[in-house]
Amino acid sequence: MSLFAKESEVLAPLATGWFLEHAWLIPVVPAIAFALIILIGKRLPMKGSELGVLSMVASLVLSAGAAYQWIQRVNSAAEEQFVTPVIKSWSWWQSGGLDFGIGQHIDGLSIVVLFVVAFISTLVQIYSLEYLRGDRRYTHFFAALTLFSGGMLAMVLADNMILFLLGWEIMGLCSFLLIGHWWEEDANSRAALKAFFTVRVGDIGLLVGISMLYFSANEWTQENLGVSGFSIRGISAWALSGEPNSTVIMIAAIALFIASIGKSGQFPLHTWLPDAMAGPTPVSSLLHSSTMVVAGVFLVARLYPVFFVGLDILGSGGNLIMIIGGITIVISAALAFVQNDIKRVLAYSTVSQLGYMMLGLGAGAWLPAVFHIFTHAFFKACLFLGAGSISHSASHHSFDMKRDMGGLRKVMPITFSTWIISTLALCGVFPFSGFFSKDEIIDNVGNNGYNTFMIIGLLGAFMTAAYMTRATYLTFFGEPRGASAGDSSHAAHDVHATPDAHATHDSHGPHESGLLITVPLMILSVLALGSGFLNATPFGESWERMKLWVEPRAVEVVDATYSGGPGESLIVNLPSAEESHSKSVCGSATPETGVCFAPQLQHAKFKWSKAMISMVIVFLGIAISWILSVLLFTRRDPRLVGLTQRVKVLGLGHNFLVNKYYLDHLYEKVIVHSIAHPISRAAYWFNQNILDGILHGFAKSTRTISDWVYKNVDQRVVDSTVNNSATFTKSVGTAAQPTQSGKVSQYGALLFSAAAIAALVLVIINT
Amino acid sequence: MYVNQFLFLASVLFCIGVYGVIARKNAVLILMSIELILNSVNINLLTFALRNGSADGHTFALYIIAVAAAEVGVGLGLVLLVYRNKKTISVDDLSEMRG
Repeated sequence: MSLFAKESEVLAPLATGWFLEHAWLIPVVPAIAFALIILIGKRLPMKGSELGVLSMVASLVLSAGAAYQWIQRVNSAAEEQFVTPVIKSWSWWQSGGLDFGIGQHIDGLSIVVLFVVAFISTLVQIYSLEYLRGDRRYTHFFAALTLFSGGMLAMVLADNMILFLLGWEIMGLCSFLLIGHWWEEDANSRAALKAFFTVRVGDIGLLVGISMLYFSANEWTQENLGVSGFSIRGISAWALSGEPNSTVIMIAAIALFIASIGKSGQFPLHTWLPDAMAGPTPVSSLLHSSTMVVAGVFLVARLYPVFFVGLDILGSGGNLIMIIGGITIVISAALAFVQNDIKRVLAYSTVSQLGYMMLGLGAGAWLPAVFHIFTHAFFKACLFLGAGSISHSASHHSFDMKRDMGGLRKVMPITFSTWIISTLALCGVFPFSGFFSKDEIIDNVGNNGYNTFMIIGLLGAFMTAAYMTRATYLTFFGEPRGASAGDSSHAAHDVHATPDAHATHDSHGPHESGLLITVPLMILSVLALGSGFLNATPFGESWERMKLWVEPRAVEVVDATYSGGPGESLIVNLPSAEESHSKSVCGSATPETGVCFAPQLQHAKFKWSKAMISMVIVFLGIAISWILSVLLFTRRDPRLVGLTQRVKVLGLGHNFLVNKYYLDHLYEKVIVHSIAHPISRAAYWFNQNILDGILHGFAKSTRTISDWVYKNVDQRVVDSTVNNSATFTKSVGTAAQPTQSGKVSQYGALLFSAAAIAALVLVIINT
Repeated sequence: MYVNQFLFLASVLFCIGVYGVIARKNAVLILMSIELILNSVNINLLTFALRNGSADGHTFALYIIAVAAAEVGVGLGLVLLVYRNKKTISVDDLSEMRG
């Protein structure tokens, strides 16, 4: 009894609140709004867009409330206490003894991503009001955009892998709809198909991974936690329990990681991402900053214990996640140098930044990676919306930097300044937000002993700075070219929009965009500047808010009981007080007294000397790129212009990059041809010889059988029965004919004698 | 109460009716014979109704009288039409239904 009292002194009851308990409403609101837009959107005064914006605002308010109450919950916990996620689950459907749940799992990670998604979605929808004004499928655009956000929100707060998969697939579908929004152009619908199918290749990994985890974890989770093997919480605890077979969990982790590669555009499945630029710019912005591509990173962060154990994160040598992340950083940054389309530069930049997140996750820098999701969402959304603003108001819907942009800093001051702030954040310049997150990733990768990957990270930072400087120079500096110089004679109109998108848009010269576009830009640029201070490691422990609020604490939790009942919260409580002060065993050894939900990770100590190195590298990248850009694009320096034509090696390299490492060729020409064509030929042969042979043989034998049946069964048995019965009836009729005399009195006599006989029979029977 | 007499009367009436239906050639007389049969049944019903002290028989008898009135109406209508077309109401001459 005294022990119990002591424990309850250590443990403060965790605060909760309405917003935390009802966080499941966050994706439900956009889902309902989607249905309403589809049903009645066209009849509303603003063609359904108001429903989309309102639902996203409602989701934002709900997520902000949940975030506030989550912070209160964390603050109410004791120092070393595991902050229990707010879990609610209901039975969705049951089949063959399997119980598929639906519910919410609210912890620090979901809160961060929920807030970011709702926030960016709201701004993007407001921006779209102006950007897509007068579009042919305005209502459908808002419907798909709303469902897209709803899918992401559902995936983020899913408490089990089935709901997670649902959200994941809804996003896949909506990305297809949105990328192919202007499907009248062949290229756009091809891009939509490419995105859909490339992601589907990865999705198979997700299905395999989920099934493997379910079948290997279900027994353990039912016994120890009372939840099914789909439950994220159950899977996390199971992975760290020392129970799983190392091969099984490794294959499951690899399968899940393949899904992440597909969704998050990691090498070698990154090829769909730049093509996805075919969609309207708000879609690109939403897709690339906070939803869709982040889903893959989120999957790894969400099931981190599985990857931690399965892929031996923090072990010696690199693991799959780090290697893929590292490769992605460098190759996509290199591709960004040869793009002329401003959105494609940003797309490759996104791929590269996602590589950083993967690198961080693979190297055990969980929190910096999640923090990078947070900061990256703001500045990348701002960059994309900035690019959209330029094309909307200055360059006649062209995104070609070399042909239609240049010198725009004077005519678009707001777009220019927000662009510069976001670019500096992306490059990682102090004190912009990217510095705090990206530098922390690089720092932690080195701190965990992966020096090669730290160098790759620094190289990536250099390249990021350089290609962003090139893009900025081409867009905003130098002399105006093409459409931005007021030249509307050439056909930039065929590039990205339908004719009726132009109809309302008069073609006077470049100008600043309207308030509906610039206000979201300004809000995002403020966050691109300021959001880094939520986890500003240089200023000491007290600034590391994100670490306190978001990172799950690696402590053993005992007496994990499920209070049961639909809609009931899970209560996980009572950590063993004595052990909590020693170093946690979570992730490194088998927990003896309870279960772990997160592995123990380390955090690098911030040093200005290390930060200065990366700062110098970034500035070097900016300076070199600036000088080269000025020489190449403005001065037209004869030593540089046409260099790729003159020097063969550089020309080859340039070609290699322009053709995107020939990966598209590899996929379409080599893999698809070598697999699909023999298969189709074999299928044709099989069809002609075997299937048709079987078919013909079958037809022949059927004919023989039916002939026999006709002669013997049909003619002899059936027909003779029918004929005989007819003959019999005829003879009976002939025999009975005389009674039909036509004389009424005779009929009467027959009637009464029959009645008399019947009466007699009745009398005899009754007596 | 002597049930026998009533039943005897009813059976006599019934037999006369049956004889009329079978033997008479005149269609009107056949209809009248059918009335006799129906009324003999009525007598039977009333006899047993009185004997058992229940109102069922009375109800049935009233019902039969109503139906019989309708039947006679229809029957006489038929006879009238037959007479108009054939100028005879002898049932022996109306043997078109011979099979």
